[in-house]
Amino acid sequence: MKTQTEASTDTEIGGREYAVVGTRPIRHDGTDKVTGRAQYGADLRMAGLLHGCIVRSPYAHARIRRIDAAKAAALPGVKAVVTAADLPAAGDRIVDLGEGATPLSYIRGNILAGEKVLYKGHAVAAVAAVSPHVAEEAAGLIDVEYEPLPCVLTAPEAMQAGAPILHDDLRTEEFGKRAAGASNVAQHFRHSLGDIEKGFREADVIVEREFRTATVHQGYIEPHNATALWNHDGRVHIWCSTQGAFVVRDTTACILDIPVSQVKVTPMEIGGGFGGKIPVYLEPVAALLSKKTGRPVKIVMSRKDVFEGTGPTPGSYIKVKIGARKDGRITAAQAYLAYEAGAYPGAMVAPGAMCIFAAYDLENVVIDGFDVVVNKPSTAAYRAPGATNAAFAAETVVDEIAEKLGIDPIDFRLRNAAKEGTRRADGPRHRRIGCVEVLEAMKRHPHYTAPLGGPHRGRGVAVGFWFNVGLPSSCTISVNADGTVSLVEGSTDIGGTRTSVAMQAAEVLGIAAEDVRPTVVDTDSVGYTAVTGGSRVTFSTGLAAYEAAQDVVRQMKERAAKLWEIGVEQVRAERGVFCAGDRRISFQELAARLEETGGPVIGRGAVNPKGVGGSFAGCIADVEVDPETGKVSVLRFTSVQDAGKAIHPSYVEGQMQGGSVQGIGWALHEEYYMSPEGAMLNASLLDYRMPTSLDLPPIETVIVEVPNPGHPFGARGVGEASIVPPPAALANAIYRAAGVRLNSLPMKPSAVMEAIWSAKA
Amino acid sequence: MAIVYIPTPLVPLTGGNATVEVEGATVRQIIDNLERSWPGIRERLIVEDHLRPNISVAVDGEISPLGLLERVSPASEVHFVAAISGGSNG
Repeated sequence: MKTQTEASTDTEIGGREYAVVGTRPIRHDGTDKVTGRAQYGADLRMAGLLHGCIVRSPYAHARIRRIDAAKAAALPGVKAVVTAADLPAAGDRIVDLGEGATPLSYIRGNILAGEKVLYKGHAVAAVAAVSPHVAEEAAGLIDVEYEPLPCVLTAPEAMQAGAPILHDDLRTEEFGKRAAGASNVAQHFRHSLGDIEKGFREADVIVEREFRTATVHQGYIEPHNATALWNHDGRVHIWCSTQGAFVVRDTTACILDIPVSQVKVTPMEIGGGFGGKIPVYLEPVAALLSKKTGRPVKIVMSRKDVFEGTGPTPGSYIKVKIGARKDGRITAAQAYLAYEAGAYPGAMVAPGAMCIFAAYDLENVVIDGFDVVVNKPSTAAYRAPGATNAAFAAETVVDEIAEKLGIDPIDFRLRNAAKEGTRRADGPRHRRIGCVEVLEAMKRHPHYTAPLGGPHRGRGVAVGFWFNVGLPSSCTISVNADGTVSLVEGSTDIGGTRTSVAMQAAEVLGIAAEDVRPTVVDTDSVGYTAVTGGSRVTFSTGLAAYEAAQDVVRQMKERAAKLWEIGVEQVRAERGVFCAGDRRISFQELAARLEETGGPVIGRGAVNPKGVGGSFAGCIADVEVDPETGKVSVLRFTSVQDAGKAIHPSYVEGQMQGGSVQGIGWALHEEYYMSPEGAMLNASLLDYRMPTSLDLPPIETVIVEVPNPGHPFGARGVGEASIVPPPAALANAIYRAAGVRLNSLPMKPSAVMEAIWSAKA
Repeated sequence: MAIVYIPTPLVPLTGGNATVEVEGATVRQIIDNLERSWPGIRERLIVEDHLRPNISVAVDGEISPLGLLERVSPASEVHFVAAISGGSNG
């Protein structure tokens, strides 16, 4: 994919030039990845390995009356069958496994259904056998008797009085107050600032629209997999594809009711996750099957399993109303967000509400958020979860208001743009942010004023925000005698983070990035490290590496002082050279003398940092709409994002391109196409239409660098914000190309044609 | 004293005040002092000595990883916000 990058260079903190940060070394895992030597979960082979298969519900909502596994158990080669009855009871326990507190019963219920199935594809039982084929055949022999129940598939339907209830014990919670009576609404919250009615009274123009977005999947290429060995000493060892080895450890221990110290998780290489590989599905099941058989058990999902049995991102229903004066100032903004959580509570509506108006400095705001359960797979995070849905709604209304006022859409946004100190609708003030800088870079970019070059073409813009997270990370660095260092971390590497973390250590140590050897290790071998998610690894694990490297430098200074028989306070470290007066010794030379000066040097870093920097992204999209078919072709696309400081600019560009492409797919093609009975009718990559390189133009990138004061190099997380604005930008471009405003995702050809026909009628 | 922004659904508990000034060196002390002035608010924020599962606290613009143990200065702004949770059900 062709890339144009225009990065600001005014980024060094304290006026210091960096030697490693901001350069583009080759990734440490590159050779293994391109030669096929990298080991993924499905590659695992071990003596006595059994293969597991999951039995899944054919109904979207049904009571389980009976499970009879006798025929399956009798099939030659079958070694064990498990159901929810084999899991320890969950009771009323609430657990926090890194993404917020959740009743254990919900997590357990999603892993193996108990009394009810809540979506088609819900796991009901599992079998272990000598081969995948025998396991699959045996799964088909497990006889499950269901009592089908009416299903409900969208948030508005699920919120209606008389809708089928998924959980008899679920009550709507509103800041600690539980409503009476069972409901499909798990949570309602409201953010408000100022006087919303007064704000709308002051407006010269008011636009109010309704939006719907479809359920979409993250679309990672590698299916979920897990291999477990319940050893004879009672310890469980799991190998799997995950964004968070410690989350797998803790969840598995909770589900199996054993201490966390009895579970060791080895994260294998990961073929994409985007948030979807944070939840646990297979690991406790494989462990149970291993316990029953005394042998290691491997389970690998099919693509159909992935679509039907793992967590996509919520579909949503959103209303947005914005008022503005003739001078282009927004006077009031109101939003209503109802997100589909899927089978269990936990839709990402809170971050959607946090982000929906985050780009704007607003005096009068009301935002209502609703977390609604429906008979679809339990949703998971997907790259800036909740924010893309919200931005699609808000940014198309903003565009329409700018048009009605006759103001350039970027100028309109700049007149209302959030800055450092702006109070967000959810309360806290923005810290240092790059919203204005991103908008100005969009306006400066040649793309924004380039001729469109033909009929039925249009250009749209939009901006979006993702706040990013911190969370705990751990890291150790040991110095080798040849002057290299080994860096041990717990963050599974999805987007090149081995290298972006190693580079931060190299910068501190004054050595080359290639002289840092990063390794992602199992949960017994490194301190607790939270998930690879929330765009946190380069920030948080990078900070842990920074601290570990500082620890190494402190110890190396002591060694130099010992060599020179002087006080340590006299030793300075300057870019990989230790100095005292005329004496100088390089990091490499000193590393060779560790044994004679006191033995190994190991640095440690353990952080749970504040100082997280949120990231703004914007995009410019050109489209051509075929007036006969409604097909939308993306002609040109430019992504602009504030990276704080791009530690490795190529990987920042890669994240921006990846997020943009996923946003384009979400906008134009992708959806869970559901039958009225709750069956996904397109559960394969042939029918679930993800964009390919043939569908896309080069994604041009512009990195804006507004340093984050909360990080020693100024870094902000960059993995998510770029997915937020594309659907809105494309909707705005389609409007200019075809004269119709679309308010549902995906904006597929049939939807475009219906809008064109309606406009003509 | 720190300024505490009261979540909209809890404003009736503080006599209609959307912001109140409260003494306290930690979030826990802030909530304890809120409770003294506005009885009933503590149980809406805390359960079993922890912030409720759906609630996070932001001090000076940043969601706190420490929750009730987070330090608060007299110049601080304290917000109780809907927690970022979800996708953790499987």
